[in-house]
Amino acid sequence: MRIVRLLLSAAVAALVVTGPAAAGQTSVAVAANFTAAAKEIAAAFHSATGDEAVLSFGASGPIYTQIKQGAPYQIMLSADDARPAQLVKDGLGVASSRFTYAIGKLVLWSRTPGLVTGDATLRDGHFARLSIANPAGAPYGAAAIETLKALKLYDTLQPRIVEGASIAQAFQFIETGNAELGFVALSQLVGHDGGSRWVVPQSLYTPIRQDAVLLKPGAANPAATAFMAFLKGNAARTIIARYGYAFADQE
Amino acid sequence: MMALLADVWQPVLLSIELAVLTTVLLLLLGTPLAWWLSRGGAWWKEVVAAIVALPIVLPPTVLGFYLLVALGPDGPGGAVAALWGGRTLAFSFGGLVFGSMLYSLPFVVQPIRNAFEAMGPRPMEVAATLRASPWRAFVTVALPLARPGLLTGAVLGFAHTIGEFGVVLMIGGAIPGQTKVLSVAIYDYVETDQWAQADLLAGGMVVFAFCVVLAVRLIERRQARLA
Repeated sequence: MRIVRLLLSAAVAALVVTGPAAAGQTSVAVAANFTAAAKEIAAAFHSATGDEAVLSFGASGPIYTQIKQGAPYQIMLSADDARPAQLVKDGLGVASSRFTYAIGKLVLWSRTPGLVTGDATLRDGHFARLSIANPAGAPYGAAAIETLKALKLYDTLQPRIVEGASIAQAFQFIETGNAELGFVALSQLVGHDGGSRWVVPQSLYTPIRQDAVLLKPGAANPAATAFMAFLKGNAARTIIARYGYAFADQE
Repeated sequence: MMALLADVWQPVLLSIELAVLTTVLLLLLGTPLAWWLSRGGAWWKEVVAAIVALPIVLPPTVLGFYLLVALGPDGPGGAVAALWGGRTLAFSFGGLVFGSMLYSLPFVVQPIRNAFEAMGPRPMEVAATLRASPWRAFVTVALPLARPGLLTGAVLGFAHTIGEFGVVLMIGGAIPGQTKVLSVAIYDYVETDQWAQADLLAGGMVVFAFCVVLAVRLIERRQARLA
């Protein structure tokens, strides 16, 4: 027992001594579709600068509401461009900081191989539940509704829709098999090679331009501005591209 | 205002339906269970009692997570749903009733058990000497004596189901008229900046909760006076 305690105190001492020396910290609210990429970027950011980005995840709508109510985030990585623009209008975001860090892609996905072949799968309708993110709060949910309407299938399929509070929950409804299929973000499927998918053609929905914005509480924090700069850099872009996102300057 | 009311009415109605059905089922199921638990005997009855009480301690996310898996195609719920060609019990009113019953079980069983225990073995013994069958004694002696406990259990079970949020959010899928209950609707309205609707529902809930707590207090007071 004594040895264990000794080792523990040694470990604690080592942490105290070698912990990030005078490192800065910033808090970032991240749209759920960008969860995995943001974690990787934060890790790369940490090893590059020593600064730490503390991430919180959720649907863009709720994040926006929280920021309006004074949530202590310094950066918002939204899943749309409307909410960051609105934050600037509200006087809560720094206008010059706003930029599109990624363009998201919508995918119809099922964990069952062969089930999803294309829009024909939606037309045939051999499924009970179609999972989407809450369209009011999550841009990917809104894009899913737009797609269904463009295919003229919304009225027929509407009774089968189940909504997750965020795209993360919409994904998890499908992953647990409770819904046979649903609309998720392409980025969520990295590492999920099984099942079947249909990458929804861009013509069916408005491009999901995901904007980042520096919030007023972060304007004076070097770690926050450093993170915004890092997000534009090549290291971050490589990660973002690996998760299947496109970039505004590639269009 | 009328348009607003029409907007929020559906989730209110759904929550009431869910709570009524859950409470009735829990009274039918919980009363015999409470009776069995109150009659003393083997130590492992306390094990059962502890399992019944678990939802008080567990975060709703724990229940929600296991329910989502259990109700789905990989769990027993999927097997049950398969009987009528379904795939999952999640995202359905029935699934919510099942989840609510688990979630509210201790709030119904505990007050009833307490009431049965408070009356002691004597009334049942007297009934037996008067040649009442155990069933008749239970219905004509034990149940009336335990009425305040039954009432408290029913009120608490109803109120707790109305107030349920985490479990429903995780297994409901927010289907209007089926699984989008009051608490989920409030969450939705708040998070999407529709505060007039949120205010109406949330304000109503505060009044409702106050009435429930007051009712329970009054029942207890009467019970104390009668005792």
